[in-house]
Amino acid sequence: MSAQASYNDKVVRQFAIMTVVWGIVGMAVGVLIAAQLAWPALNFDIPWLTYSRLRPLHTNAVIFAFGGSALFASVYYVVQRTCHVRLISDKAAAFTFWGWQTVIVLAAITLPLGITTSKEYAELEWPIAILIAIVWITYAYVFFGTIFIRRVKHIYVANWFFGAFILTVAMLHVVNSAALPLSLWKSYSVYPGAIDALVQWWYGHNAVGFFLTAGFLGMMYYFVPRQAERPIYSYRLSIVHFWALISLYIWAGPHHLHYTALPNWVQSLVMVMSLILLAPSWGGMINGIMTLSGAWHKLRTDPILRFLIVSLSFYGMSTFEGPMMSIKTVNALSHYTDWTVGHVHSGALGWVAMISIGTLYFLIPRLFGKEQMHSTKLIEWHFWISTVGIVLYITAMWIAGVMQGLMWRAVNPDGTLTYSFIESISATYPYYVVRFVGGLLFLVGMLVMAYNVWRTVVGSKPAVAAVPQPA
Amino acid sequence: MTTFWSWFVTIVTLANILGCLWLIRWTAKPRAGEAPVGETTGHTWDEGTLADLNNPMPRWWLWMFYGTIAFGLIYLTLYPGLGNYRGLLGWTQEGQWEREMEVAEQRYGPIFAAYAERSVRDLARDREALRVGRSLFASYCSQCHGSDAQGGMGFPNLTDGVWQWGGEPEQIMTTLMRGRQAVMPALGAVLGDDLDAVVEYVMSLSGAVPEPSDPAGRTAYMRACVACHGPEGKGNPLLGAPDLTNGVWLYGGSAGVIRQTIVQGRNGVMPAFADFLGEDRLHVLTAYVYSLSLDNGL
Repeated sequence: MSAQASYNDKVVRQFAIMTVVWGIVGMAVGVLIAAQLAWPALNFDIPWLTYSRLRPLHTNAVIFAFGGSALFASVYYVVQRTCHVRLISDKAAAFTFWGWQTVIVLAAITLPLGITTSKEYAELEWPIAILIAIVWITYAYVFFGTIFIRRVKHIYVANWFFGAFILTVAMLHVVNSAALPLSLWKSYSVYPGAIDALVQWWYGHNAVGFFLTAGFLGMMYYFVPRQAERPIYSYRLSIVHFWALISLYIWAGPHHLHYTALPNWVQSLVMVMSLILLAPSWGGMINGIMTLSGAWHKLRTDPILRFLIVSLSFYGMSTFEGPMMSIKTVNALSHYTDWTVGHVHSGALGWVAMISIGTLYFLIPRLFGKEQMHSTKLIEWHFWISTVGIVLYITAMWIAGVMQGLMWRAVNPDGTLTYSFIESISATYPYYVVRFVGGLLFLVGMLVMAYNVWRTVVGSKPAVAAVPQPA
Repeated sequence: MTTFWSWFVTIVTLANILGCLWLIRWTAKPRAGEAPVGETTGHTWDEGTLADLNNPMPRWWLWMFYGTIAFGLIYLTLYPGLGNYRGLLGWTQEGQWEREMEVAEQRYGPIFAAYAERSVRDLARDREALRVGRSLFASYCSQCHGSDAQGGMGFPNLTDGVWQWGGEPEQIMTTLMRGRQAVMPALGAVLGDDLDAVVEYVMSLSGAVPEPSDPAGRTAYMRACVACHGPEGKGNPLLGAPDLTNGVWLYGGSAGVIRQTIVQGRNGVMPAFADFLGEDRLHVLTAYVYSLSLDNGL
């Protein structure tokens, strides 16, 4: 078979395996810093083991290394199969793999050393940020180039979301990372004060909106109907929720800056846009879950489908919670508390990680020429361990967050604050321990997965998938 | 914001919101020749494994969408959001804050005004006043001085009866109202070769080491340190110059740290709270701080 007659699944295999590896690394760091919050002595007074340096390592590793690798793998897998054509360039695709892994390794070195821009989710210093931009533009070339040479007339809905995700992340990254380098490892943002904060959260929230939402919705739109073997529920719903989602999401970011130096009109406007975003966000959940109508019984027997559908439930939950938290009065209670952390993780663990895990269980056997994963039983175990872990994590942080918010605003009859800040911290310790246990369970689930993947992959030959030829 | 940008914001905002409405209506419209409801649209992908159904959008979901849009438009009429338009309610976060502060002042002001009538010494024996003072201390002072007021490196212990700026009620009140800046200049270059001798002499003032036989340290002290710390090393509360004879060390009393203090200097900053908390609350806070080193059983 000539090269053009088969799909390029090598790069998909590489990214799929690295998704598992980086998932474990990123979540292990998360478990360590969760433990440090409960038992602060665990930083051992070693600077590069302190919470301040490991927290950005955790966020970068789970979002960009784990989530990013999952997105690269699924985008490359999906775009070829929905376009009936091999990736436009194997070399460019290989460059994105090695380039992205280089970025991750550089992050893992520089962040513990304390080299950081201090911009949340964009901590990597300018030389690495430039490398990210180059890799990302190559990614866009491979994706859009493949769309351009497609042999299927209509562009599949998953690719709409992938396209929006790739384009918007490129724009966000370039604008937010604009900086004046001072030396090789130190730069200053070009934006001053409140403008810097605004740009930062325009970026930060859209990293959630486009990287962690639009990208993974694209994943959902391929792997849910494939695993359920059912058509997508509603084409009309796809259209409306896609355009509404991508046009509204871009406004929402500054709701992270309620009651700050941001102008009043910006605060009100972003709150309104965040609320209108609720329906478009839920459109994806409805379209995914309703795709199962007529096939509900499959949930009983198919743990992979269960990962995918439960991820949509968590997606629906956190996209309801998000608009609620953007309401100024709710935000006045929730802001700066661990409620935010719980909200993020119901999205990150419940939605992003669960759908990626379901996707990997779908992909791994197919990529390595196996009928199915080594053990379905272990997938079942993984599902229950991680579900229990998420529930523990989120409920602990909800309770802790609401408690902190209430403690901070409690006043004595004389108007003085009832609690000092440190009292709210010591009241939070039990919940930090529960959160640690929840996170640890999720990590254990990932290790179960790693074993299962290892047993599936070892000794296998890479599968070669033929591109359907026009008759 | 200039008129241009104000209109820009307004138009883009409304275009996006109303565009969503238009998109819903446009997409919901049935088209000639399209597949019947419940059937696939006829498009397939991935060798026929993927298709999509021509189902209508769920009605409850559409109503939710309309509801949020209606809420958004009403909100943008009442509140600022559309460029320079201020909204019918005239809300600003600054205004909200000022109103809340006014209400709070009306409710709580009289409580503190009543305390302000009484002397600090009196309040320092009043259980209720001290409880209020402790709340203030926990909120505004504990970050540096610690919840137990025992301080830390660079932050004075307030319970030991040793006062850098004086411990009388009036002096404490001045410290809280106006803040303090304690400057120990860097004297490494001034002292030169006499540095080690001065360190030894300073340590001998509190009896940490025996008085050195070599007078070089004392001579250098009398030249470079005496202006602030005094000939006997008793310090000067007017300058915030610490007493060097009592064995209490703000930055540490080992030879190494004292040497570092002399060579590099120190800057101690106590922020001013007059504008932030006001005189009446600081009066109660003064009583609490004053009470910390009193052994009055409260």
